[in-house]
Amino acid sequence: MSDKNGKLLGQDRLSEVLKRALSVSKADQTQVSVGIGQSSLTRFAGSVIHQNVSERNAGVAVRAIIGKKIGFATGNSIEEGEVRRTVEKAVELATHAEDNPDFVSLPEPKPIPLAPQTFFERTAELSPEDRALSVEKLVKIAAKEGAEAAGSFSVGYQEHAVASSLGIMAYNSRTRSHLTTVMTADTGFGYANRLAADVAKIPVEEVAQEAAERAAKSRNPISIEPGEYDVVLTPYCVEELVSFLSWTGFSALAVQEGRSFMAGKLGQKVCGENITIWDDGFDPRGNVDPFDAEGVPKQRVDLIVNGVAKTVVYDSFTAKKEGKESTGHSTGGSGTHGPFAWNMFLAPGNATVDEMIASTERGLLVTRFNYTNIIHPLLTVFTGMTRDGTFLIERGKVTKPVKNLRFTESVLEALSNVEMVGKELSLQGAATVPALKVKNFRFTGVTEF
Amino acid sequence: MKEFTERVLQKARDLGATYADVRIVRGASESISIKNGKVDALASSTDYGFGVRVIADGAWGFASSFTVTNEEGERVAAEAVRIAEASARLKKQDVKLAPVDPAEGRFESEWKIDPFEVPLEEKIGLLLDADKVMRQRPEIKIAESSMESWRTDETFASTDGSYIEQAKIESGGGIAATAIEGGEMQRRSYPQLGGDHAARGYEYVERWDLPGHAEQTAKEAAELLKAPQCPSDVRDLVLEGSMLALQVHESCGHPIELDRVFGTEASYAGTSFLTTDKLGRFRYGSDKVNIVADATIPGGLGTFAYDDEGVPAQRVDIVKEGIFSGYLSSRETAAKIGWPRSGGAMRADGWNRIPLIRMTNINLLPGDWTFDEIIKDTKNGIYAAMVTSWSIDDKRLNFQFGTEIAWEIENGSLGRMFRNPTYTGITYEFWRSCDAISGRGGEWHLWGVPNCGKGEPGQGAHVGHGVAPSRFRNVRIGVMESPSGESEG
Repeated sequence: MSDKNGKLLGQDRLSEVLKRALSVSKADQTQVSVGIGQSSLTRFAGSVIHQNVSERNAGVAVRAIIGKKIGFATGNSIEEGEVRRTVEKAVELATHAEDNPDFVSLPEPKPIPLAPQTFFERTAELSPEDRALSVEKLVKIAAKEGAEAAGSFSVGYQEHAVASSLGIMAYNSRTRSHLTTVMTADTGFGYANRLAADVAKIPVEEVAQEAAERAAKSRNPISIEPGEYDVVLTPYCVEELVSFLSWTGFSALAVQEGRSFMAGKLGQKVCGENITIWDDGFDPRGNVDPFDAEGVPKQRVDLIVNGVAKTVVYDSFTAKKEGKESTGHSTGGSGTHGPFAWNMFLAPGNATVDEMIASTERGLLVTRFNYTNIIHPLLTVFTGMTRDGTFLIERGKVTKPVKNLRFTESVLEALSNVEMVGKELSLQGAATVPALKVKNFRFTGVTEF
Repeated sequence: MKEFTERVLQKARDLGATYADVRIVRGASESISIKNGKVDALASSTDYGFGVRVIADGAWGFASSFTVTNEEGERVAAEAVRIAEASARLKKQDVKLAPVDPAEGRFESEWKIDPFEVPLEEKIGLLLDADKVMRQRPEIKIAESSMESWRTDETFASTDGSYIEQAKIESGGGIAATAIEGGEMQRRSYPQLGGDHAARGYEYVERWDLPGHAEQTAKEAAELLKAPQCPSDVRDLVLEGSMLALQVHESCGHPIELDRVFGTEASYAGTSFLTTDKLGRFRYGSDKVNIVADATIPGGLGTFAYDDEGVPAQRVDIVKEGIFSGYLSSRETAAKIGWPRSGGAMRADGWNRIPLIRMTNINLLPGDWTFDEIIKDTKNGIYAAMVTSWSIDDKRLNFQFGTEIAWEIENGSLGRMFRNPTYTGITYEFWRSCDAISGRGGEWHLWGVPNCGKGEPGQGAHVGHGVAPSRFRNVRIGVMESPSGESEG
């Protein structure tokens, strides 16, 4: 078994830890997971590195079931005695718990299909000096546009394994890298952000150029009145719309409890026909993740197809309650949060951002949302500010930067008013999404910058 | 442990660090949550490790590990120095720190009943009692009750000669009832959203009498289903305590963090409108408004003996009779602004994070009104309680909050209930409109906020806000009079 240049303990070693943990459990059913890895982050502001950190950590999580009583314990050591204590704690909690009548069983083992590559050695090996060099490159590009750069460049690797007394044994290792920056040019701000499993896929110069140009172009913004505007939303904004739907409604638990906008709406039209959203943990354009916290392989789940609500994601608990199969979306943990979709895709269209701008008589080009929050989950109403580059579009052209605005809008209403869908997809957070042009987006306030 | 810290600090010195500190943190937590009569989560967590922070070549480095051994200690110290040297590639000047007196000692927070010693059956039983009462109302589709306990043991040692041990126990809990019917969903929480927590023992859970408040909580959630939508208007606004605590948190607590002011959080949470030219001059609020950052008040989630740079806890004036007067600061930012000492607000979320400037207990000092007097004195307003949604711009000026519930105030008395209340404003305009602060009737309470987020990689902090219900004149309320889909409900 390859140990990826000594960075990883490897599948055999982690399997051993898990088997030993299962062997000491006195519960009827037991599930143990272990994660171990290293992550590093270089943070910069005012074009200097001001924070630079590294962490080596592990996590062990044990779910023990006695009858229908469930106990959950976590620790951060894989040392034999400590793991045993974590198992014993979970069993002790299960002993003292009350029955959870909705619990049926932990999931049965299922073969996990071969996933696209998730571990990239050059990412695991990236040094503090390498990170500093990239930041230096970015800062120089900022300076050319008269901007100062803030942001962070992070890389990390982790191996993760899940086993259960029902015979599940799943293992994967992965790397991740993330470069994000906000640049300031006097009164102008610009943002750019990229994520990838492979650090070679992070285009440092492109990120720097994108943010620097935005910052330079957004100097001396004018104030405009709030109201309804046609908006061109970058993938940074669109990811927030899709994530909002995932947080509030794409989980089977939220539907079962009646707090999801999908509850009672499956099979019905909930937004525009040009909107299709699905979750796929095996698509290399997104967050590849072959199995969930219970060791169940990820299924592709069609959430909204041509504007019609189709289905939601399940973990074993919510699936067994409905006599269904888990879709592989357990978040693990103590059980309160339910399943979660975080490898989502919004189907691309055929427009470019330039075409969206050219087709807009009067509207706004919005780079990014800030501090969004739910106002009414069933009505999918949320609020937030624009940030780091907001521009007025007049007669098909970007004419002036504008001061930031507050929006208060229903996500599903916005997704019913999509006029154009971008053809390029970008991985941002929990979703891989295109840019969108949305008619009549509702802005309810303004700020001073 | 002293042998370990000495070795780590010596290794850092040997490799050229001009400053180093090491923190060893052991954390334990327990959480119990009950949903609709079932034990939804019964979880216990432990966490142990150490982190080494150094200045080498005039720049910062930090490394941490979950393996607390002498060998790993020296490896991690060396990694921290290497990282600092990489940071130095991009520096404009060397990091300078305001001086601190070396300190030694052991400190413990105050608690009467250790929550980890209370039998699980008793804790579960208390929550099940509250749960049962909430579910007697048929409209309540989700009844939730929960409690959390944390214990943290931390050792801090630095090349300045400090060796400080601190132990803290924190406890709290709460309930929430969610009513769902015909496309409408309304929630009420008690004593606030997510419960209330303090640096106290299990006695703090008991003091709230969760079962005794379950009926009223459920009743209000059910009644909200039928209540009219909060009108869109400009009216006088009276804020309940926990809502006001969040208002202080977002519009005062964050913008006074001196690292934000200097731009070091620009890429993530943002910066601040309270720039240094405003210090001592800017009218932040009306002359009724007095705000302090107090790390010394007993029982607060933001209370400690020493911060994570070994600086003693302090009480700092933030707003004095409406004038902006102070910041939350660190040794580095104090040196940068030219102060002789740090204000002692540096805290880290565990062993694997660097300390950042965090809120301590940001308290709005009590006023000379009673709550009843404020209501009696208000002709046309609303009384809004308990946060449900919060959003503010990245300089902390334009905010919008949603609350769980509001009541109309007409000619000095509380009237009908409104659902989906929201209010919005600009921070200093809002605080300048504050004309009545209660407290004379014993309304002042130190609320706990255990989920304040900041930094990259992300850190959570436990902070406190002491407030009493207060009145704000002419506030824009009801931002969406009829949110889309309202007619379907």
